[in-house]
Amino acid sequence: MATPSVAAEPVRSGVRGRVRAIRLGTWLTLPVLAVGLVLPFFLDDFWISTLVFVLIGAIGGLGLNVLTGYTGQVSLGQAFFLGVGAYTAAVLGQDHGVNALLWIPAAGLVAALLGGLIGPTALRLRGLYLAIVTIGLVFIGQHIFVNLESVSGGSQGRAIPQPAFLGLDFSSDQNSILGIGFNRDGLYYYLSLFILALAMIFVRNLTRTRTGRALQAVRDREVAAALMGVDLARAKVGAFVISSFLAGVAGALYGAFLTHVDPLQFNLLLSIQYVAIIIVGGVGTVWGALLGAIFIEGLQPVLERYSDSIPLLQHSAGEGGIAVGDATDIIFGVLIVLFLVVEPRGLIGIGARARALAIRTRVARSRQAASGLEEKA
Amino acid sequence: MTKLVQLLFEGVSVGCLYALVALGFVAIYRASRVINFAQGSLLLLGAYLISYMVIDKSVPWFLAAAIGVAAMVMVGVLFQVFVLRRVTGQPVFTVVMITIGLNIAITALVPAIFGVNQRPDGTGDPIGTGELTVGGVVFTWVNIWSIIVTAIVLAGFFCFDRFSRYGLATRATSVDEEAALAVGIPVRRVNALSWGLAAGIATIAGIFLTAFPRGLDPTTGDIALAAFPAIIIGGLESPLGAVIGGLTIGIVELLTQGYESNIPALGHNFYTIAPYVVMIAVLLIRPYGLFGQRPVERI
Repeated sequence: MATPSVAAEPVRSGVRGRVRAIRLGTWLTLPVLAVGLVLPFFLDDFWISTLVFVLIGAIGGLGLNVLTGYTGQVSLGQAFFLGVGAYTAAVLGQDHGVNALLWIPAAGLVAALLGGLIGPTALRLRGLYLAIVTIGLVFIGQHIFVNLESVSGGSQGRAIPQPAFLGLDFSSDQNSILGIGFNRDGLYYYLSLFILALAMIFVRNLTRTRTGRALQAVRDREVAAALMGVDLARAKVGAFVISSFLAGVAGALYGAFLTHVDPLQFNLLLSIQYVAIIIVGGVGTVWGALLGAIFIEGLQPVLERYSDSIPLLQHSAGEGGIAVGDATDIIFGVLIVLFLVVEPRGLIGIGARARALAIRTRVARSRQAASGLEEKA
Repeated sequence: MTKLVQLLFEGVSVGCLYALVALGFVAIYRASRVINFAQGSLLLLGAYLISYMVIDKSVPWFLAAAIGVAAMVMVGVLFQVFVLRRVTGQPVFTVVMITIGLNIAITALVPAIFGVNQRPDGTGDPIGTGELTVGGVVFTWVNIWSIIVTAIVLAGFFCFDRFSRYGLATRATSVDEEAALAVGIPVRRVNALSWGLAAGIATIAGIFLTAFPRGLDPTTGDIALAAFPAIIIGGLESPLGAVIGGLTIGIVELLTQGYESNIPALGHNFYTIAPYVVMIAVLLIRPYGLFGQRPVERI
């Protein structure tokens, strides 16, 4: 049998590739973090706000990677949980005046709760069947969001509150920490970076625990995992809960950074973006979500900004040429296709390839040296 | 009563179009275990090609339709040969994501080439706006022809599947790809053919989908999203399931659309998600659809 239950077939990159990627990741952690911390001081507002979207995308993408990458449950429902997070933030922060230090985690918890309720369907469904049910979740979620006007403001959308804690006001451009001034984008950048770092540490550690290995066993071969004593229900529902939690937190940040959301934003395309993030970055890797988010979330703003210098692009309708939105989508689609054809393991895979190439060269060189010695002897 | 009959008829007619789109999904799924998320964009591109030839270049409709279908068959085959063949052996999910990428690209490419404006005449088909009225129920010719052509395409597909060598090869490939390769079945050609078939069928669906009164615009391809529940209800590998699923979805959608105002608790436009609700209900009872096969797992 080539593919006995293709639907359940894991999204896997070779074990060796993964090990290498992990080592690479460990060595890179500190420098990357250092660069991340000082980056805003060297960039203008456009790049900082783009990076905020990148970081938020990475948080949600990391959640999806736990579910899809590590546990093998393909989900196109991430947009629904982002929406739940954003609306929880709105209801708690604005309607009930709760502090952001509470509503950000609460947004995750409410989404996690819903994820836990929906998770059990994954026990009955496999692979692409599950993927399509989660598409249904996005549509049904949008319908509920539009009709629950007291929560979402109906199709007009509603404002999402700005965080304010520890003397910092996220709605203002005049904030200072230890005498250093920060504007709104800067504050969001550091808040998202902090949450992403926590999430990455959590997921990294999770994958090395008994629970995390159980998740990966479910991905690799469900029946075998069950026979070895892995509780399938616990693993799958658990993965849904973690994934939804991170999506909820990302949704709250996303909504707050946009200041206003409407139900139609939480559509299938948003879900697809998240799937694209983990596939382009690297499925089943911690760094993959961030790499993918840089690529996917960065593409549109960059294209928009530089559309003047790209031929055939137009800024507004009626100028002739291709609209920026369409051009972005064309490039986005084509890049996904090209990328996956060239390197199905994602950006992480390119890193692994580079390493493998380095090792091969080193081995070849030492062999050459060895044969040179033999000749001399 | 008249309203019920009217809604049932329109439901069957729309359901036929869903069935055609769903049949395209099934054709590809059976050959390569992949759900083609680009089906909607292939439909869109096909309909625009024909519309462009007929309305902008005054090509006779039947010729344009034939050229359009043939061109889309080529597009499907070429995409399989030049793109998907390179990712043979990769996880299904990777291939699915490639089809999603293709969908995004084509859906954006169409308005970039043909403009964003709606084309109210669709493909400029000769069916027109005529209708038959029998006992207060209105049968538009577009709906009647949708049903007739769907029946012909389905019959053709079943004959191809049952009686032709390639139909047999496709069925063998769907049962076991490796064994099929081992007995000399040209699996690569079967895969390419399945993409051609799916794109061709999608274009035919596109012609009737954009006929009076719907018209053609860049969102026409979204019908594929509505056809997902159809394949899931029917089971991914069953052509018969696709037809029954498509008809079910069409009837459910039209009935909810007609009667939802009686149940305000459902909210506005519940009919757009009713197919998904039915799909989830069916899956909770039968996780592999009504006619799908439960894969037997070995360790």
